[in-house]
Amino acid sequence: MTPTSASVDHSRRRDLIEASLKRRHARERRFRRLGLGAVILGMGLVAILFASILMRGVPAFWQATFTLDVHFDPEVIRVEAKPERGPGESEADFRERHLAWQGQVGMVNWQQLLDRALMAELGEVEARQARDLRALIASGERFALRDRFIEDPDLLGQTRSLKLLASANVDVWLKGNIDRSLPDHQQQLSAQTRAWADALHDRGVITNAFSTALFLNPDSRSSLASAGLAGAFMGSLFMMLVVILLAVPLGVASAIYLEEFAPRNRLTDLIEININNLAAVPSIVFGLLGAAIFIGYLGLPLSAPLVGGLVLTLMTLPTIIIATRAALRSIPGSIRQAALGIGASRVQTVFHHVLPLALPGILTGSILGVAQALGETAPLLLIGMNAFVANVPGTPLEQSTALPVQIYLWQGNELRNFFEARTSAAIIVLLGLMLSLNALAIWLRKRFETRW
Amino acid sequence: MNMATKAAIETPTPLGAGNSRTSKASERIKMRARQVKVHYGDTEALHGIDLDIHENEVVAFIGPSGCGKSTFLRCLNRMNDTIPGCRVEGRVQLDESDIYDPSLDVVLLRAQVGIVFQKPNPFPKSIYENIAYGPRLHGLARRRSELDDIVEGSLRRAGLWEEVKDRLDQPGTGLSGGQQQRLCIARTIAVSPEVILMDEPCSALDPIATAKVEQLIDELSDSYTIVMVTHNMQQAARVADRTAFFHMGDLVEVDTTDQIFTNPSDQRTHDYITGRFG
Amino acid sequence: MNNLVLIASVLCVMALAYQVGLTRSRALAQGPRRLHSRPGYYGVLVALWCGLPALGLLLLWSLLGPQLVEQLVIRQLPPEVLALGEREFATFMRRAAALAAGNRVSSGGSEAELAAAAHLARLDSLGRLILVAAMAVVAVAGLVHARGRVSPSLRARNQVERVIMVALAMSSAVAILTTVGIVLSMLGEALNFFRFVSPLDFFLGTTWNPRFSTSGTDSQGEFGLLPLLWGTLMVSGIALLVAIPVGLMTAIYMAEYAPPWLRNVAKPVIEVLAGIPTIVYGFFALIVIGPFLSDLGDLIGISIRTTSALTAGLVMGIMIIPFVSSLSDDIITQVPKALRDGALGLGATKSETIRQVVLPAALPGIVGAFLLAASRAIGETMIVVLAAGNNPVLHGNPFEAVSTITVTIVNQLTGDMDFASPQSLVAFALGLTLFVITLGLNVIALLVVRKYRQQYE
Repeated sequence: MTPTSASVDHSRRRDLIEASLKRRHARERRFRRLGLGAVILGMGLVAILFASILMRGVPAFWQATFTLDVHFDPEVIRVEAKPERGPGESEADFRERHLAWQGQVGMVNWQQLLDRALMAELGEVEARQARDLRALIASGERFALRDRFIEDPDLLGQTRSLKLLASANVDVWLKGNIDRSLPDHQQQLSAQTRAWADALHDRGVITNAFSTALFLNPDSRSSLASAGLAGAFMGSLFMMLVVILLAVPLGVASAIYLEEFAPRNRLTDLIEININNLAAVPSIVFGLLGAAIFIGYLGLPLSAPLVGGLVLTLMTLPTIIIATRAALRSIPGSIRQAALGIGASRVQTVFHHVLPLALPGILTGSILGVAQALGETAPLLLIGMNAFVANVPGTPLEQSTALPVQIYLWQGNELRNFFEARTSAAIIVLLGLMLSLNALAIWLRKRFETRW
Repeated sequence: MNMATKAAIETPTPLGAGNSRTSKASERIKMRARQVKVHYGDTEALHGIDLDIHENEVVAFIGPSGCGKSTFLRCLNRMNDTIPGCRVEGRVQLDESDIYDPSLDVVLLRAQVGIVFQKPNPFPKSIYENIAYGPRLHGLARRRSELDDIVEGSLRRAGLWEEVKDRLDQPGTGLSGGQQQRLCIARTIAVSPEVILMDEPCSALDPIATAKVEQLIDELSDSYTIVMVTHNMQQAARVADRTAFFHMGDLVEVDTTDQIFTNPSDQRTHDYITGRFG
Repeated sequence: MNNLVLIASVLCVMALAYQVGLTRSRALAQGPRRLHSRPGYYGVLVALWCGLPALGLLLLWSLLGPQLVEQLVIRQLPPEVLALGEREFATFMRRAAALAAGNRVSSGGSEAELAAAAHLARLDSLGRLILVAAMAVVAVAGLVHARGRVSPSLRARNQVERVIMVALAMSSAVAILTTVGIVLSMLGEALNFFRFVSPLDFFLGTTWNPRFSTSGTDSQGEFGLLPLLWGTLMVSGIALLVAIPVGLMTAIYMAEYAPPWLRNVAKPVIEVLAGIPTIVYGFFALIVIGPFLSDLGDLIGISIRTTSALTAGLVMGIMIIPFVSSLSDDIITQVPKALRDGALGLGATKSETIRQVVLPAALPGIVGAFLLAASRAIGETMIVVLAAGNNPVLHGNPFEAVSTITVTIVNQLTGDMDFASPQSLVAFALGLTLFVITLGLNVIALLVVRKYRQQYE
């Protein structure tokens, strides 16, 4: 082959290749754009999700709130003086007297104080309009007055400027979450109440103020405007405690056993497959397990955070085991050999040398597992945690719900116009908690990341 | 190293003395590198290399590991582009055209300058598909029969045809290491490139497979320009027309293989080929 | 004394025992022979001898004690109480227990109740006393015994380590027990269900209409699985149609094209997204996607329900995108660079390399990832509960409402939980079906992925 014929050959070939290059590069660009498009689409959808929830939820942190001068009128509050513990009086006797006094206070017509305070703003109102008047303030606020008085009986006879939540319907009306042009019979509030609400709003008696009710109150059905997340939050907190106390030690211990000590045989192979599989079992199946075993067989109480915590423990266990095993596996064998080489036993090697090095990874995995448990809803529905609970639970055995379940309950509330925003606000709280947990995990991983 | 210790060491037998191959190299310069510098992030791996590669010659790059010989090889068909953080300065020409010119199409360049890697890397496809992949990609065959011819021709040139002709539809990953490497060479020549780069093509092979690949290189040098990196000085001595010695990111010396192995002009080359470091 | 106090005191005694062991072994260490283990191990060993048997007793009593006391009380009950019906008797015992615990019961409690309560309280405190005494005896005996055994030749460390190993092994048994528990409980309750409804009617029935459990056993309702299974497959199918292309292309872009900074930002973001609770996606479907699709349908003249298979499937797809993409990303980055270099070195463009070399090489792993995604879609609950519309009818229109297995489990088991009616028990038969389907998918997927990993290790 002479050089000339070779170069002729080469240039013919080059032409052949060049002929298709344009098409190939176009296809390359198309593919690349497709990939970028997928990323943008995915991110965009998520952005829409976050944006729509933020847009709906953030306004719900601010609620229509009255600023009213409430006169603690002795004419209305006709009760004895708050009992003081006398000398020589037994604890039990005093408690009895105190309870009796609280009973008296409870009988007081607190609503009347609110009505009067409103009338002071609106002028006298006819008796037939009492219903319209009472639709203005959240019905739970009269109990807030009572509690305030029990706290401080010296209020008797005084006038205080108080912040009181407007009712949910007033909030909806003033925020424009209901179509103002709807005819009367489709409106939640009477024409009179709406007019009053607008007037008071114009005069600055009703303002849109940041409300702590969402955070501090338990759920409520009678006074929707003051329904809050405190009960659900405590329920979730108890469940997380159970998960942290059970799932994390159990998971870490079994991961240590499987990764460091267990002989490699059929049985451990089976355990391995079993754990990987458990991690992919639908969460609702764990709910069924909880319903059948914890509730049906062991007879544990329905709706208790303890049971929820147990179910979530079983559910998160595989996640924690897998993460811990990965963390242990990433510690190079040379560390183990070094420790064994100077005469440490296998247990000492693992607990003194391997485990401390794997700790960041284990923590990260555990936090992610707990975060996953925090957001889980479906299994909790099957063990009765979707019951309505109006109290903040004090122990893990009391009835309770959980944050995600509260979201589920609220989204189904009939007063859609109010609860769409309130549910979004609850989601913001839940996501905030979860994102901080995730951020903590990512930070831990970055902070302690070691490359071997 | 001081002169006293050097004197104390016995003068080595020249390695290149056994080189019996006859060069088919022409005087035409196929590739020309001028002041080639390569940076990985902040570290400079090559400090300015000047080298001419003649048409149809076999050039071997030798040097201790980490000296930059593979890095330089990969500059010749811009495989370094695939490494994140890698930056190339200077000029590399193929037949008078600058291959780092932004207007140059790297796809076309790599069809002209093929590469064979250290570890055999057949695609997880059949033997036939492995060879047919390149021609199909570049539209070199219009008909199935043309493609069949290319596949057979390439396998024959790679000396693999007799071994695999009955199992062309079986996966290429099922072959032995030496066969896999010859398959990769066949895959490269199926595109009929003008230059073939080989990055330590025998380092993962046993001696018999190595001998076969070396023989193949010798035969290919009839019609291809071959640039190979090798860790094995005997191999360079056996197959190369010219040998270039790299050290710490510098091209220390390039000369005919005989000259490098019998009478190197640089002390470092001498020390390396006599086995004082490396 | 309640259990927490008991446990705390045992722990205190154990700390004391630890000190005893430590002092004793230190004293021995002054002697001529070297100790086998470090003194701390002797301390731990003595503490374990002292504490474990006592805690074991406590556990035993908590499990068996209440039954024992109850049996003893029942033996002393007057015959007219024993003659009561099952339900009245249970009420009687509950009231007696409440009285014994010092609570009040409505109408004060009858004489028999008060007597039983007094007996119960007496036995309870007696049992408690015996328990505490026994625990104390066992603890002291253990302590003395172990202290006596402390000697330089005692292999304390080995024994302590053996206890640790047993504890670790027992922890890993929990995972097995969970699986066993799932299988047994579901199987047991499902078999109960099949006593009401024949398996044939369940698995092959085309009508789902369970009626209410209160309407008596003769109007049993129909429990056909097929409409639910079909709904499940329809929603999951739509979800995968969304998630697989978008997730896979995202993974490819992230693994092959994205600059490092984008990768570093996007990877944690995707991980976080995978952790968003599904109830949030469900709410999103209900509030945003459903109405949007419905409006869109009006615009182009198709009737799309706000809650439909399409709404649920679409949002479920969005939920699975991060899952698919991070699994696929892991698998794609595991394809060796040598293969990419091989194709690029021949002059393939990047997309040609990906489509013709990388993806075929990664195919088994990616298929495994898809199977896992499918299993996840099938088992997903909250999105479908909120957005699928709960309409268990066999039809092929994705714009209509459907119901799925998971939704039905929730519907049948929330509210009254009555383990004797087919209306509740069917949830377990459905759960078993769900478990078997996802188990099959998971096992196949895990095996495929595992084999794939080994190929490139």
